[in-house]
Amino acid sequence: MEITEPDFEMLLQDILQTYGYDFKNYSRASLKRRINRTIAMERIPSFAELRYKTLRDADFFAYFLEELTVNVSEMFRDPYFYKSLRTHVLPVLATHPHIRIWHAGCSTGEEVFSMAIMLQEEGLLDRSIQYATDINQDVLEKARSGIFELSTMKAYSENYNLSGGKANFSDYYTARYDKVVFNKELSKKAVFSIHNLVSDESFNEFHLILCRNVLIYFDKDLQKRVFKLFTDSLNPLGFLALGSKESLIFSEQKDQFKPVDKKEKIWMKTS
Amino acid sequence: MDEDELISTSTKRPVFKKGRKKYELVVIGGSAGSIDAVLKILKNLRADFAIPIIIVLHRKASHEEFFVSIFQKKTALKVKEAEGHETILPGFIYVVPSDYHLLIEDDKTLTLDVSEKVNYSRPSIDITLECAADVFKERLIGVILTGANADGAKGLARIKSQSGFAIVQNPATAEVDTMPKEAIKSTAVDHILELEDIARFLNGIDAR
Repeated sequence: MEITEPDFEMLLQDILQTYGYDFKNYSRASLKRRINRTIAMERIPSFAELRYKTLRDADFFAYFLEELTVNVSEMFRDPYFYKSLRTHVLPVLATHPHIRIWHAGCSTGEEVFSMAIMLQEEGLLDRSIQYATDINQDVLEKARSGIFELSTMKAYSENYNLSGGKANFSDYYTARYDKVVFNKELSKKAVFSIHNLVSDESFNEFHLILCRNVLIYFDKDLQKRVFKLFTDSLNPLGFLALGSKESLIFSEQKDQFKPVDKKEKIWMKTS
Repeated sequence: MDEDELISTSTKRPVFKKGRKKYELVVIGGSAGSIDAVLKILKNLRADFAIPIIIVLHRKASHEEFFVSIFQKKTALKVKEAEGHETILPGFIYVVPSDYHLLIEDDKTLTLDVSEKVNYSRPSIDITLECAADVFKERLIGVILTGANADGAKGLARIKSQSGFAIVQNPATAEVDTMPKEAIKSTAVDHILELEDIARFLNGIDAR
């Protein structure tokens, strides 16, 4: 079974009223696909059943929420983006006594650990705080644990090397059976917390904000809101890093930014 | 089969009856060997072909500019990388970037997506074909080219269930026959054609 248009509307309304998550400015094609994917994987026989589970079963909803929002991430995804951060951004961050970084939409934390590794190699980890936020408590728990699949390490290691990594990637984790645990010192100064880009406000000022492959799912109105939030949350001369297919084109603040690396989608706030 | 059916196979080249149906989108999917196949189709396509085309190819490299430029050399139509939030327009050929799926919204705008690989692939041909079929229904033409896996077969079946039109490259002459064969197995396709004839067929159809 696949969700119909009226049922889709009803489900989004249910989720907003019951849990406070507002998906109306998200890509509808993506949401529908995620819902149909969940229906197929969980063999949900009817919309009535999906609705009942969504409203009454908190555990199911936690899982459903994770499925609805895309939580596919990779360490050092787009290695040349990380290389550019290392070359153009970290030397500037190094001039601050304390460094605050915000990962907006951190998902299961791959990016947070990638950044921690770079900060450590540049001697900046001890004076950096990484704020990692997501709308979903379950993915934050996974991120906090620092536990990842062993099977992904080969690809991550290749990414790491391409990104200009200075050590052996395997030095940063310990393998146990089919999992690996990343060294605790990498996440010692990371703060994982709930934040919803749709409805929550600025909570600090940052030297660098990373928000990669999140805005692709937001419509123009929601993108505008988020760009304002980011602009308000950046220090003067702070950096903003987006995903490889994202840009400031729908931002009303775009004149306040200048590109640092156009190809790798890194900007600096200039006013 | 409908008004676009093949009416003669007596000569070496098939003859297409002039279609009455109007189309709004063509989606072409391919994998191994498909870059050359797409180049051949584009080379033979009318300069004033008025239906937008989306091209979904499996490939490793992420050199979008390279693909756009080699395709652009073969056609007078405007080739560009597909971007999020842009509206599908006639006269354009959209190339889906590597490592992203391409979704299509009800208002005919594009959405890029980084969700799980499908059929070990991102972009997945199935994802774009299924989205396109649901939005464009009978006004969609899907084309499956050479390739070594089964991606595209489910999408082509969805196109047929939404009354769209399904074309598959002849597996006998395709560089790798798996993908065309799987597509033919999945649904009653409308045409199985040589590359040259895919372009000729497209040249003969009408835009909305």
